[in-house]
Amino acid sequence: MMMMRNSQLKESKADSRPAIGTSILALGFILLMGSIVLAISVGAANIDFLTVWRSIFNYDSTREADQIIVSLRLPRELGAAVVGAAFAVSGAIMQGITRNPLADPGLLGLNAGASLALACVFAFHSSPSYLSLMFVSFIGAGIGAVMVFGLGSLRRGGMSPIRITLAGAAVSALLSALGEGMAIYYKLSQDLAFWIAGGVSGTNWLQLKLISPVIGVGILIAIMLSKELTILSFGEELAKGLGQRTLLTKGILMTVVLILAGTAVSLVGSIAFVGLMVPHVVRFLVGTDYRWIIPCSAICGSVLMVLADTAARMVNAPYETPMGAIVSMVGVPFFLYLARKGGRKVA
Amino acid sequence: MSRLFTEDLRIAYGDDEIVKNLNLTIPDEKITTIIGPNGCGKSTVLKTLARILTAKSGTVFLDGKEITKESTKKIAQKMAILPQSPDAPEGLTVAELVSYGRFPYQKGFGRLKDQDLEVIDWALQVTGISSLRDKEVDTLSGGQRQKVWIAMALAQETDIILLDEPTTYLDLPHQLEILELLKYLNEKEKRTIVMVIHDLNHAARFADHIVAMKEGQIIKEGAAEEVITRQVLRSVFHIDAEIGVDPRTNKPICLTYDLIDRAHAMAI
Repeated sequence: MMMMRNSQLKESKADSRPAIGTSILALGFILLMGSIVLAISVGAANIDFLTVWRSIFNYDSTREADQIIVSLRLPRELGAAVVGAAFAVSGAIMQGITRNPLADPGLLGLNAGASLALACVFAFHSSPSYLSLMFVSFIGAGIGAVMVFGLGSLRRGGMSPIRITLAGAAVSALLSALGEGMAIYYKLSQDLAFWIAGGVSGTNWLQLKLISPVIGVGILIAIMLSKELTILSFGEELAKGLGQRTLLTKGILMTVVLILAGTAVSLVGSIAFVGLMVPHVVRFLVGTDYRWIIPCSAICGSVLMVLADTAARMVNAPYETPMGAIVSMVGVPFFLYLARKGGRKVA
Repeated sequence: MSRLFTEDLRIAYGDDEIVKNLNLTIPDEKITTIIGPNGCGKSTVLKTLARILTAKSGTVFLDGKEITKESTKKIAQKMAILPQSPDAPEGLTVAELVSYGRFPYQKGFGRLKDQDLEVIDWALQVTGISSLRDKEVDTLSGGQRQKVWIAMALAQETDIILLDEPTTYLDLPHQLEILELLKYLNEKEKRTIVMVIHDLNHAARFADHIVAMKEGQIIKEGAAEEVITRQVLRSVFHIDAEIGVDPRTNKPICLTYDLIDRAHAMAI
């Protein structure tokens, strides 16, 4: 009897999860490396893989290819990877906290808030430091979030996923319109067009040095609190009953979301759907345990963004297609699928 | 003195005072049911006992200490709550969900120790769902799912278990199965059970102590024979009930009833 149970256990879904999770992380890492190399090698000037490899690990400033790679393409792809992880993890956290499968920093007003805040900075300051941009973007994301959740919880009976998503759409539209209005009024189109469309071109090493640790720490905190997040995703009452300090946990996690989304937007602008899609795909593979969802989302988000940037550069070469458009092309159908599926069952 | 009691509890949603000056004592190692019409505050009281809601004033005491001043994880080791129809996340197996009942005992990342696994096994066994352990919770029937949630509460290894309408939405046999299970836990494991329940006959049959509430106040409490009476039901539910004796359990039973307020009845 005991033996039978043991053998059943071995085959059970729950027990295969660590194996699946680990293989996603390993495979994801290999894919990420591969896609970065691919992304670096294709473009206006094609560079073969060997040259890419050589210039990364054996940089020679006299070679033109090396210069293109190390000063332009490598930071750009690393930026895409870091930002992809940030969006995906913040989406995963939001879905867990709000029990809303349609949660995503782009859909719930955070990105639009951050973009508007950036527009404000550019309106009154000609050359802001990148650090201040990051900070302002974080504040803007917070304002967006407060507006959406405030609007969504106005009516008694709380915040249904659909109501929150509608509030997100309304607030996003308002904040983006304000941002674009400011851009036109203050003639900032040049500075801002890039943030509105979204993209990683022009990412430099200095920016990378600033955002990477911030996003890294954010993801680390998320991983440390992932067990709490799983419990929170069962609903507030159950979480409290199990002895979780839900207000504190939610507060920390929401701050992490704002930091991740704000920082990501300050680098690439408002890109929606990464935070929506990636956690769902990951959840489908590893189940509902956020100890696996968070790290797997991070790596898959990275891969997605690097590939999206590659596509952005290749679709209409030598011109760049806005990355936000590329992501949305995949994201919108995915959103419709989720909304159709009901979107009531919780993350 | 009882382990769990309240003192002058006032609970409000915004300006609406739902519960006024409630002094409720939960007898140890007994089954207590709270009955009352919709909106009388019974669920609110249960949630406040479980510290899910915070009282406007007054205190809930557990083991002589104010519940708001103790560590919430410590409380979770003494008292479990099963909210009304909780929503199971997709794709979680029964054993996985039950394992989260060990959360109050875990630190940090929460690896399950051998002792945790033993408790989980026991909880699955005692609720009769060992064979479902690898099934996904969202694929189960309502009755099975309710047992999973009870198993999760049991995995918390608490002396006190609070349940908010544990039988609602279940068919007749499953309602009885859940109540029998709770009775077993009370008798064999000496657990203190507190539940909100709508079915008066179930309350009479399974409770050692019944608390009848109306408009946020206790109208009557005591054994079934004292509470399930014509007079009490008249004042609590505004019904004219015919009370008999259950031939199998010798407990009072509500045979039939009418609305007292004719005008009210006509309006419906």
